[in-house]
Amino acid sequence: GRARPSHSEPRGRHGRGGEEEEEEGGHQLYPGHIPTSPLQKALLAAGSAVMSLYDPYRHDMVAVLGETTGCLALPNLRDKMKNHPEGYHILQERPHIRLSTLDMARLQGLPDGSLGREYVRFLEKNKVSPDTRMPTKFVDDEELAYVIQRYREVHDLMHTLLGMPTTMLGEVVVKWFEAVQTGLPMCVLGAVFGPVWLSARKLQVLATELLPWAIRSGFNASCVLNVYYEQRWEQPVESLREELGIFPPP
Amino acid sequence: VYQVFESVAKKYDVMNDSMTLGIHRIWKDILMHKMNPSPGTLLLDVAGGTGDIAFRFINYVRSVQKLQLQRKLKHHQNLSWQEIFESYQKDQFNSLGDSQVVVCDLNREMLKVGKQKAKHLGYSEGLSWVLGNAEELPFDNDKFDVYTIAFGIRNVTRIDLALQEAYRVLKPGGRFLCLEFSHVSNPLLSRLYDLYSFQVIPVLGEVIAGDWKSYQYLVESIRQFPPQEELKAMIEDVGFFKVDYENLNFGIVAIHSGFKL
Repeated sequence: GRARPSHSEPRGRHGRGGEEEEEEGGHQLYPGHIPTSPLQKALLAAGSAVMSLYDPYRHDMVAVLGETTGCLALPNLRDKMKNHPEGYHILQERPHIRLSTLDMARLQGLPDGSLGREYVRFLEKNKVSPDTRMPTKFVDDEELAYVIQRYREVHDLMHTLLGMPTTMLGEVVVKWFEAVQTGLPMCVLGAVFGPVWLSARKLQVLATELLPWAIRSGFNASCVLNVYYEQRWEQPVESLREELGIFPPP
Repeated sequence: VYQVFESVAKKYDVMNDSMTLGIHRIWKDILMHKMNPSPGTLLLDVAGGTGDIAFRFINYVRSVQKLQLQRKLKHHQNLSWQEIFESYQKDQFNSLGDSQVVVCDLNREMLKVGKQKAKHLGYSEGLSWVLGNAEELPFDNDKFDVYTIAFGIRNVTRIDLALQEAYRVLKPGGRFLCLEFSHVSNPLLSRLYDLYSFQVIPVLGEVIAGDWKSYQYLVESIRQFPPQEELKAMIEDVGFFKVDYENLNFGIVAIHSGFKL
């Protein structure tokens, strides 16, 4: 084989490039970042796509699929954010939606119909928490890594704005909306293949009522990532929908 | 190392099959054939976690025992049916012939998976599960006939200590066997192997087990491990005699063997 250094070399030489095939090009750009070669990304994309279909409860695989296929859509989204005052603000301040940053008591105390109140109601009713989102691993740009992280954290707010529960049907509807809004291949794949898991009756509801509405709203609405949700908890959901251009749910 | 195996335990077997395309089963079978244990052997399998070696040992010894029984009966052609029936009864309770295997592992989760597997596959007698550290085994001197460590020694921080412990707990005449990833000297094969290891295996780890980092670690630890001759020297240093190694698959894996005299 190739000339091997003697075994007295210190162990654990990771993280620095230059060791032929032993290092993937790149350093760690943000906490949790795993630099990957193009081949690895391709394999990850294929593997995660298959695994997401095979086991839809593997949310980590959906996340990986998004990261490895988002190379065109993510810069696009980032630019949309940069060119919008509120979006720009978000990119500067990099807020995160987490239990530790949310004042749940205050949100619960807000009037019914307000974004904060309805968001908390959604979390309770569907028994989900904003802290279950996977941190970004495979995006090789730390700003884009934040963009996809923001997209993930805002997903529950999408549910709230669209009035969709976390059932398979609800998730598919939100995916269609997100696919139109973001152009992320992962959303498109989820939107197209998600219905595989639905019964015929649900498929009918999906096709006749929910999809046309979701798609029209998706095209009509301005970019949902350009909304500084954390500053709008008091705003009534209906007013926010109108402002964004989301049509009222059927 | 402990944390790596905690997260890896449940998916260990699936990952092994995926990474090696099932070939690891053949490697372990070869190890067992090399060992060629006879009934009555006391085996210590270190870092034996999910029980692959232990189960193979039991199967092997059972089939040897059965063969011996058949041969014995063939020689007694003029026995009455009554006597044949009785000898069957006697040996029924002795299907293992007093052979025993102790599975020792550092990690509780791995042992748990192993115990579940044993129950599921129907292995009950002749099997014990002990929590322990290869560098400091919880056993007396001169206890075991055979000591095996399959794909475990590269995870030990002080290999020399593990080897010393192996020597200590073996009986005089006992055998040391180590099955481990080693070095491929063929340059073309080495490149292909590296490509596969670094490009594919962490991806498999992420997709199947949701754990890139552990499998990246696994692949790196293989590269850090001493090559065949060096390991042979280390085994000799501890006092083993007739130390030898056999390459499997061009050195991707090697079986090292030594005897305590």
